[in-house]
Amino acid sequence: MSEQRTIAAKMLCDGAAFHTSVSGEPRAPLCGMGVCMECRATVDGSPHQRTCQTLMDQPPSTAPHQAHFDVLVVGAGPAGLAALWAASQSGVTAGMVDDNPAAGGQIWRNALPAEWAQRAARLESNFLPGTRIYATASTPNGLWAERGSPSQRVHITYNKLILATGARERFLPFPGWTLPGVFGAGGLQALVKTGLPVEGKRVVVAGSGPLLLAVAAYLKKRGARISLIAEQTTRARRNDFLTLLLRNPSKLLQAVKLRAQLGAIRYRMSTWVTRAQGEGRLQGVTLNGGRTLDCDYLACGFGLVPNTELAALLGCRIDDGYVAVNHSQQTTVDNIYCAGEPTGIGGVDKAIAEGLIAGYAATGQTALARAGFPKRDRGNLFRRQLDTAFALRPELAAITTPDTIVCRCEDVHLAKILDHRSWRDLKLQTRCGMGPCQGRICGPAVEYLRGWPADSVRPPLYPVEARHLL
Amino acid sequence: MSAADVVILGAGLVGASCAESLSRQKLRVTVIEAGVVGAGATAAGMGHITVMDDSEAQFALTRYSQSLWRARIKELPASVEWQNAGTLWVAADDEEMQAVHTKQAFYTQRGVPVHTLDARAVVEAEPNLRPGLAGGFLVPQDSVIYAPCAAAWLMQRAKAAGAHMRLGVRATRVDGRRVHLDDDTHIDAGSVIVACGHWSRQLLPNVPVRPRKGHLAITDRYPGFVHHQLVELGYLKSAHGHDNESVAFNVQPRATGQLLIGSSRQFDIEHSEVEPRFLARMLARAFEYMPGLQNMSIIRTWTGFRAATPDSLPLIGPHPSHDGLYLATGHEGLGITTSLGTAAILTDHMMHRPPAIPIEPYLPARFANV
Ligand SMILES: Cc1cc2nc3c(=O)[nH]c(=O)nc-3n(C[C@H](O)[C@H](O)[C@H](O)COP(=O)(O)OP(=O)(O)OC[C@H]3O[C@@H](n4cnc5c(N)ncnc54)[C@H](O)[C@@H]3O)c2cc1C
Ligand SMILES: Cc1cc2nc3c(=O)[nH]c(=O)nc-3n(C[C@H](O)[C@H](O)[C@H](O)COP(=O)(O)OP(=O)(O)OC[C@H]3O[C@@H](n4cnc5c(N)ncnc54)[C@H](O)[C@@H]3O)c2cc1C
Repeated sequence: MSEQRTIAAKMLCDGAAFHTSVSGEPRAPLCGMGVCMECRATVDGSPHQRTCQTLMDQPPSTAPHQAHFDVLVVGAGPAGLAALWAASQSGVTAGMVDDNPAAGGQIWRNALPAEWAQRAARLESNFLPGTRIYATASTPNGLWAERGSPSQRVHITYNKLILATGARERFLPFPGWTLPGVFGAGGLQALVKTGLPVEGKRVVVAGSGPLLLAVAAYLKKRGARISLIAEQTTRARRNDFLTLLLRNPSKLLQAVKLRAQLGAIRYRMSTWVTRAQGEGRLQGVTLNGGRTLDCDYLACGFGLVPNTELAALLGCRIDDGYVAVNHSQQTTVDNIYCAGEPTGIGGVDKAIAEGLIAGYAATGQTALARAGFPKRDRGNLFRRQLDTAFALRPELAAITTPDTIVCRCEDVHLAKILDHRSWRDLKLQTRCGMGPCQGRICGPAVEYLRGWPADSVRPPLYPVEARHLL
Repeated sequence: MSAADVVILGAGLVGASCAESLSRQKLRVTVIEAGVVGAGATAAGMGHITVMDDSEAQFALTRYSQSLWRARIKELPASVEWQNAGTLWVAADDEEMQAVHTKQAFYTQRGVPVHTLDARAVVEAEPNLRPGLAGGFLVPQDSVIYAPCAAAWLMQRAKAAGAHMRLGVRATRVDGRRVHLDDDTHIDAGSVIVACGHWSRQLLPNVPVRPRKGHLAITDRYPGFVHHQLVELGYLKSAHGHDNESVAFNVQPRATGQLLIGSSRQFDIEHSEVEPRFLARMLARAFEYMPGLQNMSIIRTWTGFRAATPDSLPLIGPHPSHDGLYLATGHEGLGITTSLGTAAILTDHMMHRPPAIPIEPYLPARFANV
């Protein structure tokens, strides 16, 4: 499985062109996870194909057209895997879908830790990889998914649903961020994991949060030359965070290991990229303070944004941007549970703890669910510590200059955005957020810049072929 | 408390057109809008500017309105995305071809340039339509615009001529020439125009407008796939009939290269959610006429509400029993087209000038107990 390569990785490697933006800029993948839509290209004569989600040797789709599970888990990251495993212990038929070609989610993409690899292997028959939920069906407890290429539609029904849809990266726009060669931090990692070689490439890793370190360590292992890790938060905040880690042995161990892997790579606080430059592709970056660095790739992400769209479409309450859940991970819709990043960005331990609770609780294994509460609560504490340590500083708003493109799908510049007073008005008058990514990339940026929470969610959750809406 | 010559409730395309037209008469105009400019039916609509022949009155208003749009082509900012796409009415069989000949005679007699297309000419004009259609009817002067930006442009012009606008304030009650607002203030005016689309009924419960829901879907960019606004002749039955539910093939090329796919009509549904079952029915109809649409990427779907009246004509003019109160609503599926004509004849009426077309067919007084 892990040797399989996506079309996007191959195209990047060959220097092939993806698509041209509406104002004529060449574009290349940003997010690496099927969200930003910048990896669209014409594949075998079909335009607008998401190449980062399509394998070079896409196996012909053997989709069932219909599937039913007592418990259905959406998302096969740590939270989803844990939920599937816990639910299966009760003897019910539990199934899981994920839009990636393999299980693992963002952190374990294509490489599960041994314990989970074993569990996943036992549950493999109930896992539908490469399967993306895009809408609710008109039948009760029914969802529509698509899989394969050319894609087929699957109607999936459930009695209980566990949403473990994870998170995507937050991007803050700055001049030059639309150049090919600028990726999300996790985005570049995902592309490398799916076949993009980085050996010998000069990479700047920038943005905020512990993900930067994980990504830098990974890229280094794959032979990249990391010139710098630029972290926007202050040294004081980071030190406070490290002090707190002293009370969290497993996280501390992770941190120490990471630091060791990074070796002599420079990790600068209060540092961020103000500009990416290059002719047709990235050639270097400018940092705050004015220093410039030559590089081939920039891996840049400002923390994570929860994927709450499916929950919202299903009618689950969203509080302050996160799916509202009770102590059993149950949402405001009775038979729907939620685990992992959509309830709060707290890392892998929280995701696993919540996944287990959701899986047990959804199948009536109450005692086991309860036993997981302390671990989950520690996860939530860590989440709050992360929030404080890596809160985005207000100065970052200045990196988005008036002539910076904010909405990459429709090429809407900040200057236009400043003229409007609400999302609705902005969207109607400028088309910001109306393109194929449906505001998933510019939405969080506009929220940071203007304070407007995201707009309404409608089917399809992702662009799908019209025939799939029949 | 503040005062104005005219207070307009609603800044959809109809309210915005009235605001522009009246403020150019040197009247002091204030517009009250509960949301943002153009966010009601105006944001949902297809933006097809079309001359229609359901009745003489409908023809008169759509044709007059189209001439007003055409007279302003040079003024329109790029954001309005004016495209002279033309409408191609598609006839599926010989029976519909008969209807084409009737239409041809109707439009020609009234001086609107049109062309009847035979089966081959339809294929040439739109190669992506399914083979085997009987023919079609081309109305070359019909056009397409992006209505929310048209509303914003008209409001901008109104403001340049002195109009005031208050956004985010809702009118809660109209009491003679006084309008009460949801911020506990009120505003007095010489005249009040209710241009709240289907919401007009919330202010004036006896106004005979019924919300009529429509679904739309938009694709990614496929430039050159469709050239004209394409509508099946059966659309007329869907639009002018009063069936509770109907769908019709209606596809529009946007200036962006995207395709807007309609259309559907449902009465008596108040919630705005996209209904998968009904969306599917609408798309299935579109695929029958244009099979290639099936493989196109849909990036978004949405709904909107038309303000439908019992006789399919809008309500334009004085309220029969309240002095100083005027209506400009009930435009069903034609308010993008007829906004400019509505504003022009209402302005003439209010200024005691003879309008370019008779206002009588649209007067609210045609209904008892409005
Ligand atoms: C890009 C990225 C890279 C990351 N890399 C690291 C790292 O290297 N190290 C680290 O410690 N942490 C990393 N993280 C953080 C890590 O993801 C979290 O800490 C945690 O593991 C999340 O687990 P999860 O199960 O909640 O979500 P995820 O691991 O995000 O899993 C959610 C899964 O659901 C799928 N999904 C979402 N919606 C649908 C749908 N509609 N239909 C089908 N499938 C769907 C997603 O594709 C994904 O596979 C990364 C996060 C991101 C966003
Ligand atoms: C799916 C669909 C497709 C269509 N396609 C076309 C087409 O192709 N061509 C065409 O000509 N027409 C079309 N139409 C019809 C057209 O969109 C409408 O007729 C037109 O937009 C009506 O404009 P309006 O200003 O009257 O109403 P709206 O745009 O609905 O404006 C009413 C405004 O009043 C405001 N409001 C409501 N209540 C209050 C209150 N109490 N106080 C203050 N403000 C208030 C609302 O917020 C809103 O902004 C279509 C309609 C739909 C639904």
